[in-house]
Amino acid sequence: MNELIFFINKVLISGAILGSIYALGAVGVTLIFGILRFAHFAHGDMMTLGAFVSYILVTLLVAMGVTAPIPLGILVLPVAMAIAAVIALGIDKGFYAPLRARGSKPVVLLIASIGVTLMIQGLIRLFAGVGTRSFFDAEAKDIFRIDMSWLGATRDISITEPQIWMIGLTVVAVILLHIFLTGTRLGKAMRAMADNMDLALVSGINTALVVRVTWVIAGSLACLAGTMLALDVTLKPDLAFNIVLPIFAAAIVGGLGQSYGAIAGGYLVGFAETLAVFNWSAVLRPLNDVLPAGWSLPQNLALVPTEYKLTVAFVILVVVLLVRPTGIFRGAST
Amino acid sequence: MSMRALVLFGGLLLLVLCVNLVMGTPYTVRMSVEALALSIVVLGLNIQWGYGGLFNFGVMGLMMVGGYAGMAMSVPLNIAFWNSDGPMMLGRAILAAGLGAVLVVLAHQAKRFGIRGKWGTALKVAAWFIAYVGYRTQIDPAADYIEATSGFVGGLGLPVMVGWAFGAVLAGIVAYVIGNIALGLRTDYLAIATIGISEILRALIKNMDWLTRGTLTVSPIPWPTPLPQDLQADGMSIDHSFIVARLFYFVLLLILVLVILFLVERAYKGPWGRMMRAIRDNHVAAAAMGKDVKARQRELFVFGSALMGLGGAVLVSFAQIFDPAGYQPINHTFIIWVMVIVGGAGNNYGALFGAIFIYVVWVISEPLATALFTTLSGWSDQIGWGAIPEIESRALQMRVFVLGAVITIALRYAPQGLLPEVIGGKRRS
Amino acid sequence: MALVSLHDVTAGYGGAPILHGVNISIEASDVGVIVGPNGAGKSTALKSIFGLLKVSEGSIVFDGDDITNRSPDSLVPKGLSFVPQEHNVFTSLSVSENLEMGAFTRTDDFADTMTEVYDMFPDLKLKRHQRAGELSGGQRQMVAMGRALMSRPKLLLLDEPSAGLSPRYMMEIFAQVARINQTGVGVLMVEQNARQALGFATKGFVLANGSNLFTGTGQDLLNDPDVAKSFLGGHQP
Repeated sequence: MNELIFFINKVLISGAILGSIYALGAVGVTLIFGILRFAHFAHGDMMTLGAFVSYILVTLLVAMGVTAPIPLGILVLPVAMAIAAVIALGIDKGFYAPLRARGSKPVVLLIASIGVTLMIQGLIRLFAGVGTRSFFDAEAKDIFRIDMSWLGATRDISITEPQIWMIGLTVVAVILLHIFLTGTRLGKAMRAMADNMDLALVSGINTALVVRVTWVIAGSLACLAGTMLALDVTLKPDLAFNIVLPIFAAAIVGGLGQSYGAIAGGYLVGFAETLAVFNWSAVLRPLNDVLPAGWSLPQNLALVPTEYKLTVAFVILVVVLLVRPTGIFRGAST
Repeated sequence: MSMRALVLFGGLLLLVLCVNLVMGTPYTVRMSVEALALSIVVLGLNIQWGYGGLFNFGVMGLMMVGGYAGMAMSVPLNIAFWNSDGPMMLGRAILAAGLGAVLVVLAHQAKRFGIRGKWGTALKVAAWFIAYVGYRTQIDPAADYIEATSGFVGGLGLPVMVGWAFGAVLAGIVAYVIGNIALGLRTDYLAIATIGISEILRALIKNMDWLTRGTLTVSPIPWPTPLPQDLQADGMSIDHSFIVARLFYFVLLLILVLVILFLVERAYKGPWGRMMRAIRDNHVAAAAMGKDVKARQRELFVFGSALMGLGGAVLVSFAQIFDPAGYQPINHTFIIWVMVIVGGAGNNYGALFGAIFIYVVWVISEPLATALFTTLSGWSDQIGWGAIPEIESRALQMRVFVLGAVITIALRYAPQGLLPEVIGGKRRS
Repeated sequence: MALVSLHDVTAGYGGAPILHGVNISIEASDVGVIVGPNGAGKSTALKSIFGLLKVSEGSIVFDGDDITNRSPDSLVPKGLSFVPQEHNVFTSLSVSENLEMGAFTRTDDFADTMTEVYDMFPDLKLKRHQRAGELSGGQRQMVAMGRALMSRPKLLLLDEPSAGLSPRYMMEIFAQVARINQTGVGVLMVEQNARQALGFATKGFVLANGSNLFTGTGQDLLNDPDVAKSFLGGHQP
C-alpha cells in the first residue's frame, strides 16, 4: 500500500496543485487571446505581481496583529484580486490600448507585453530585492496527514492547508467562470466577441466594456494563481516567469481562445509533468519478488530525469503547436 | 548612410567616450567588444525579422548552441576521456540514437504500407517511445561514467576562429531543423514555438554535463588574440595589458563585423533581398508568382541563425567561460529584439546602432542606478528612515526595467525604429 | 421625411474611393433594393451607412440626425441594424444566445421581441438551444436576421441575404423581408438576384462604378428596357 500512497502524494496531489495553477493562468491567457487576439506574455508576471500584492496585505494584517483561522494569504485574496484587476486595467490602458487604437499587428502587442514583463520584473526586484519570502513567517503552515494504516500502509497521505484551499478555490473559480460565461449578458458577449469580432461590433456589443471585463477576470485570476503558488512554495521575484511557458502550453493544448480547453489543458500539462518525472520503480518494487532470480528493476524508472520537469511542458507546447495548433479539444465551445 | 545615421552614430561615439571618462578604458573596451559581438547576433535577427518578417524568439537557444560549439572546438582535448571507455559507450549511444531515428522514420512512412489514421499515429508514438527508451538505456550509463571518470568529453583543441565558424555552422544546422518543422506556423504561434524550442535547447545544454559540463562551466576558453597574461609575460604592465589585449580582440571583431555588414547589406540590396522583402510584405502574391516561400524563409532563418551562433561563440570566447546557467531569455533573446526594434528593423545600420546603443544603456544602467540609490540612501539615512538595503543587487535590476521601458516607448512613439528601413530612397511609411 | 438618405456620398476603404457621389433615400414604408454589377459598390453603400468605412464627402442622415462616420455601436441604439453577407452568426453560440446578442444594447425586457422572432422563424424556435454553427445556410440567414431584429430597428440593412441559398429559401427570406417591412421597419438591401428582389421592392437603385445609374420603383426598373438589357439579362417581364 505504501506504493499507492507514494503515487497519490507524488502524482495526484502534486499534479492537481500544479494543474490548478496552470489552469487559472491559462484561462487568463486564453481569454485575452480570444478577445484581443494576442499572446499576452506578461501574464506570468501579473501572477507574481498579484502574489506580491497579497503579501503586502498580509504583512499589513500581521503588523496590525490580526489572526484568523484560515491562512492570512487566503483571507486577503478578495482585496488582492480587486487590486490586481485594477492594475491589469491600468496596464492595458497604458501599454496595449494605444497600440490597438493604432491598429498594430498581434506580434507588436506580443512584443509590448514582453516589455511589460521586463518592467514588472525590474520594478518588483527594485522594490522587493531578489530574496525569497514566505507567507508563513507569522503563522504556521498546517499539514494534514491522513493516516492510512487501516489499509496496512506505514506512510500517510499528506497535504498542506494551502494546497486544499488551492484545489477548492480553483474549482470555485471554474464554476463561477462557467456561470459568468453561459449565464450572464456580459459573459455571452465575451464569447460572442471571441467568436466573431466584426459581428460583435455590428451587433452593437460594447466591445470596450468587454475588453475591460476580460482584463478584470484575467488580472484577478492571475492574482489568485500567483498567491496560491506563493503560498504553496515561496514568494520570489521570478515566481511565475518560469511557468509562463507551461501556462501557454496549457492554453495552446486547450486551443487558444477556449476557456474550458484551457482548464483541461492546465491539468493535462500539470499531470504530464508530475507523471513524466515520477519514479515508477517505487511503485513497481513489489514486482521484484515476482521477477526471476538475478533480475531486478532499475533504481530509477522515471520517464525523464527530474531536472527536465519543466522541459516536459515545453515539449508538449512545441509538439501540440506543430501537430495540432488549434488544440486537442477541437470543436469544444469557447 | 543618411545624415540622420551620421548624427546618431556620432552621438553614440560621444556616449561611449563619456562612459570611458567615467568608468575607465578597460571597462569601455570590454563593453565595446561585447556590444560588437551582440551586433552580429542583432544583424542575424534583422535578417530574419527585418528582411523576412520571421518571428524568431529563440535567439538565446541559438546563441547557446554557437557558444557551445565554439567552446567544444577550441578547448584542449580531454585525454582522460579518450583513454577511458567513454568513447566506446558514447559510440553505442550514438548507434542507439541512429537505430531509433531509423525506426521513427520508418514509422512516419507507415502510410505507404497502408497503415493510416489511429493506427498510424499509434505506430509513430510507439516508435518515438522505443527510440527514446533505447537511447536512454545507452546514454544514461555513458553519461554517468564520463561524468564520474573524466568530467566531460572535452574539446578538440582547434584554432578559435575554427570554433567560431563551427558555432555558425552548428546553429545553422539546428535552425534548419527548427525551420523545417516550425516555419509553417502563424507569426505569434511561431514566436511561442521558438521560445519553447529555445528553452528545450537551454535545458539540454544545461543538463548534459557529459557534453557541456553543464553548471560546472568550462574555462578557460582560449582567445584568437593574445591574452592579457601573455602580454604581461612579455613585460607589459597589468593595467596596460588588459586594455591592449582587449583592443586586439576589438579590432579583430570590428573587421569581422564590417565584413558581415558588407555582405548582408549587399545581399539586401540585391535581387535576393528584394525577393525576401516581397515575400515579407505579401507572401501570398509572392507564392502566386512562383516563389517557393517556405524554402526562401528557411534560407533566411538559417542564415540569420548562423550569425546568432557566431555571435554567441564570439561572446563565449571573450568571456573565456562557457556557463549554460548564465543564459537567460531577458539577456539573450529579449534584449536582442529591443536592439532590432529600437535600431530599425530592416535597416542593417539601424540594427548595428541599436545593438551598441541598447547595450551601452543596458550596462550603464547598473552603475547609474547604484549612484542614484546610494544618494537616495544617504538622504533617507539622514532624515532617519535608514539606509536602503541590498543596493548592489537592486541596482542590477534597474536595467531590466529600463529595457522594458525602452521597448514599450519605442513601440508607441517610434515603431519603425530610430533608423527606419529605406526602400527606393524613401522611408517605409 | 426620408428615414435614411445618402447625399452625394463618396466613400472607400482608405485607398481610392469606391463610391462617387451616391444618392439613396428611402422611407420607413419602403423596401429599397440596391442592384448592379459586381464591383459597383453596392455593399460599400450599405457599409458606409453603418459606419464600417470612411465617408470622405457627402452626408448620411438617418431619422433626422446626421450619422456620417458614426461608429456602429452608437448606431444600433438609434435604430439601425445590419446583417453582413458572410460570417453573420456567432457559430459557437446557441441560436437563442445569438438573438440575445442582438439585444445587447437594450436595457428593457426583450422576451417579447424574442417571441416575435421565433413566431416569424418557427424553425429557429425548434433549434434554439443548438449552436448556430451547426445550422444550414438558410437557417443561419434566419438567425442573422433574427439577431438584427432583436434591437427593434427602424431600418434593417441586409447585405445579399439570399447569397448561396437555394431558390426555396431565397423566396422564404424575401417573404420574411416583406413581412418585416409591413410591421413598419424600413429595409434597404443589396441583392444579386435582381429580378426577384426588384419584384417586391418599392424602391430600386441601380449602381454602376460607384455611381447611381437608375433610380425608381421596383416595377419601373423591371420594366425599363435599358435596365433590363444591362442588368437583368434580357428583356422579359
